[in-house]
Amino acid sequence: MNLDNLPILSILIWLPILGGVWSLIIGDQEERVVKRFSFLISFVTFLLSVLLYYQFDNSFSGMQFIEELYWIESFSIKYHLGVDGIALPLIMLTTFTTILVVMAAWEVIDKNISYYMCAFLILTGLMNGVFVALDSILFYVFWESMLIPMFLIIGIWGGPNRVYATIKFFLYTFFGSVFMLVALLYLYSITDSFNIQVLQEASIGLTAQKLIFIAFFLAFAVKIPMWPVHTWLPDAHVEAPTGGSVVLAAIMLKMGGYGFLRFSLPIAPDASLFFADAMIALSLIAIVYIGFVALVQEDMKKLIAYSSISHMGFVTLGFFIPFGIFAATNSNAGAVMGMEGAMMQMISHGFISAAMFLCVGVMYDRLHSRMIKDYGGVVNSMPYFAAFMMLFAMANSGLPGTSGFVGEFLVILSSFKLSFWIAFTAALTLILGAAYTLWMYKRVVFGEAIREEVLELKDIDARETFILFLLASVVLLFGIWPAPLFDVMHVSIEQLIQHISQTKIL
Amino acid sequence: MRTDLILLIPEITLLVMACLVLVVDAFSKDPLHKVTYWMAQLSLLLTFITVIYYSPDYSYIAFNGSFVSDMMSVLLKAFICAITIVVFFYSYEYLKENELLKGEYFILGLFAVLGMMVMSSAYHLLSIYLGLELLSLSLYAMVAMQRESTFATEAAIKYFVLGALASGMLLYGISMIYGVTGSLQFTDIVDTINSGTIDKVYLVYGMIFLIVGMAFKLGAAPFHMWVPDVYQGAPTSVTLFISSAPKLAAFAMAVRILSDGLSPLIEDWQSILSVLAILSMAVGNIIAIAQTNIKRMLAYSTIAHVGYLFLGLIAGTASGFAGSMFYIISYAFMSMGTFGMIILLGRYDLEADSLDDFKGLFLRNRWFAFIMLCLMFSMAGVPPFLGFWSKWFVLKELIASGFIELAAISVFFSIIGVYYYLRIVKLMYFDEPETMSAIKATQQMRVVLTINGILILLIGLAPNSLMHICLSAFSG
Repeated sequence: MNLDNLPILSILIWLPILGGVWSLIIGDQEERVVKRFSFLISFVTFLLSVLLYYQFDNSFSGMQFIEELYWIESFSIKYHLGVDGIALPLIMLTTFTTILVVMAAWEVIDKNISYYMCAFLILTGLMNGVFVALDSILFYVFWESMLIPMFLIIGIWGGPNRVYATIKFFLYTFFGSVFMLVALLYLYSITDSFNIQVLQEASIGLTAQKLIFIAFFLAFAVKIPMWPVHTWLPDAHVEAPTGGSVVLAAIMLKMGGYGFLRFSLPIAPDASLFFADAMIALSLIAIVYIGFVALVQEDMKKLIAYSSISHMGFVTLGFFIPFGIFAATNSNAGAVMGMEGAMMQMISHGFISAAMFLCVGVMYDRLHSRMIKDYGGVVNSMPYFAAFMMLFAMANSGLPGTSGFVGEFLVILSSFKLSFWIAFTAALTLILGAAYTLWMYKRVVFGEAIREEVLELKDIDARETFILFLLASVVLLFGIWPAPLFDVMHVSIEQLIQHISQTKIL
Repeated sequence: MRTDLILLIPEITLLVMACLVLVVDAFSKDPLHKVTYWMAQLSLLLTFITVIYYSPDYSYIAFNGSFVSDMMSVLLKAFICAITIVVFFYSYEYLKENELLKGEYFILGLFAVLGMMVMSSAYHLLSIYLGLELLSLSLYAMVAMQRESTFATEAAIKYFVLGALASGMLLYGISMIYGVTGSLQFTDIVDTINSGTIDKVYLVYGMIFLIVGMAFKLGAAPFHMWVPDVYQGAPTSVTLFISSAPKLAAFAMAVRILSDGLSPLIEDWQSILSVLAILSMAVGNIIAIAQTNIKRMLAYSTIAHVGYLFLGLIAGTASGFAGSMFYIISYAFMSMGTFGMIILLGRYDLEADSLDDFKGLFLRNRWFAFIMLCLMFSMAGVPPFLGFWSKWFVLKELIASGFIELAAISVFFSIIGVYYYLRIVKLMYFDEPETMSAIKATQQMRVVLTINGILILLIGLAPNSLMHICLSAFSG
């Protein structure tokens, strides 16, 4: 078989979607078949993304594996796909996470299993679509339709307050996205194209750039989420089933970051420069203030949700530090480092937050409580679990040797090029992160067991061990040897830095 | 004259067939009115075929400039016939179930369709009025058909009085225009205005009355008061009819008057329509949130949709009109499906018109819960459904014409609109059902509704052909 002509990106989108539909056709009666089938689909999807990784050319900064077909000929909207070094790691993260989600649902989801699997598989296909779409309207269609399965996942399988949480989630994200649509249509009216690469090259005046930036900002800042539009996230996370929380934290938040890299920065570089200070300020507020908020949470999922917002602050900081560096030093030195740090932080946060949510999920399945005060002394009954959670808690607080450290370190290092105080403020997270994560860990895992039931908990079974083991190995792998990731994205990021350092005002 | 008559063949066919059905029904003793029903469907099918068969290559103006046959009229007529066929199908199921079956429903429906076809082809203010009155009078009678129901009677009276008022406004506007330009024919009106010899003040005065009359008929705020009461009070089958095909005819009327008759006044009507559009989107979307009756909620949603329809007209370009046409056709599709769902869920003596009737539909019937999900997300304008593309199309043309602030305002209101569509999805999927009784419906009903719902998804995935058709209506 000739693999070169395989439309691999299309398969990455449509295999999970069709697989999801097929799992509905199998139906709830054949519970075992549905589970095995979904696992098979998610595993094959992951293998395909690995194949993509092996065929990917690290030295080429442009788009690869391009597929281009007319979709809506009347307006030359194309079914136009391609990946570069920025999208590839995110696709692999998506396909990897899907396997975990399918496995995590194995014995936990007891109602409508085929619908559950269907929703997640379709979600995977749509998320892959977001990362590979090169036509802005195609991107928008994937971006918005993704809300539907997530809305149902939180609403059907979520906790007691799920309706409020899921409607809030939908309305918040929809609110951001529609203004992005207006911006895209405006860009079409001046460039006559929906092709993202053409939009990136278009020269636009500063006022228009500012408005476009704000429209994109609404869409992406809500998704990441940045302070002060983050309030949907804790609610959605707390009420979502474990799988939903994992996908939200590991992938959906990354879409906001991806949107900044694909749209905001390259399409409106001058406006990004103009708003850089404000964005850096918002990022620092997210890092420090939300860190303090995390400290006082009593609900484990809420705590991790706030810690996600705080960590994503590093991502936006890393995106906008380069602009500060251009303005201050007139050179690109250190800019690439900040941007790569932000990318690294996105990927690593994907693994770590997924792991933390799965850990909470493991405890929740046993005791049906997420409250820190209901636990204590878990280590006595679940020693293996405690060991895994220890590793992830350390990674969450940015311990060197885990992937959590690499991204934060690079972003802080890059901030030093700009200002000592920005770096100093950002570095506070190393203290705060350790404080809220380890304090929670201490209260949950160590100490006296407050409730009798805790002492009778069963330790993790083979399935859970395997899931956590997978995550633990990637967290350690990228902590010790992040080179494979940097190799993939380096050329693309350099090219992006090159692109955004030039003005687009004629 | 001979060619003139050829252009009129579809209308003549329908008129002859409608009279024939009228006579046949008068002699029919069948309580199920099967013959009437099938003959009505056959008439629509025949009209559809003649419309397509006699479609002109380019625009013909006939009967001393009072009738036009062009791509737009042909396409609209074809869609009106096709949509009415489906509407009659749903209605027959509903009327049979609720023992409201009367042959007049279909006969009045056919005359209404004739009125719509005249409106689509009118090139003269009087022929527009003629078509509009034929349509409206048929609709008044249809709303009043459920004689025992006080709601229906109230709705009919309200509809009639306000409709007559609107017709009066329209006539007054027409007379003003006639007084200023000395003509009722569109090309003459445009030529007179362009000659620059007339006083623009009186012209704009007349135009405002025309637009008010149009806004009444379309149900745009602040002339929307009749819509919720009529939608709620009328039998569901009539509401279904009112909310689908006549909207296409009203769109045709708006395009004919604004773009053919009053094109030199574009800046004036653009600003008036902007106000109407914003008000309609605001009133429709905000008040819909407070409704507990789904028919009433859909009435407010219609008002909001009319606001979006205006956006394409405001753009004022050929592709803007195409966008509006796409919008109204997709709206008719979605509206049919939604009322079809209400009919499906209803049982004898129990209309499923409260929002609570949708509770737990996911557990009762997964397939139709999914169809309703498609319809609701489509109405809300979420991709990949059809409704997204209709909003996308009008917004795109609006922005291309430079109305960016208006576009931003309209997307803002669409966020508010999402909420009440989501609420129905929430009721269906997240709530427990009040009854677990299975859904009783005929096999045909299930099949047609399924096709209706799936088309919303499929056209949403591949909207090119429908967009192409709409663009071709205005390319000539």
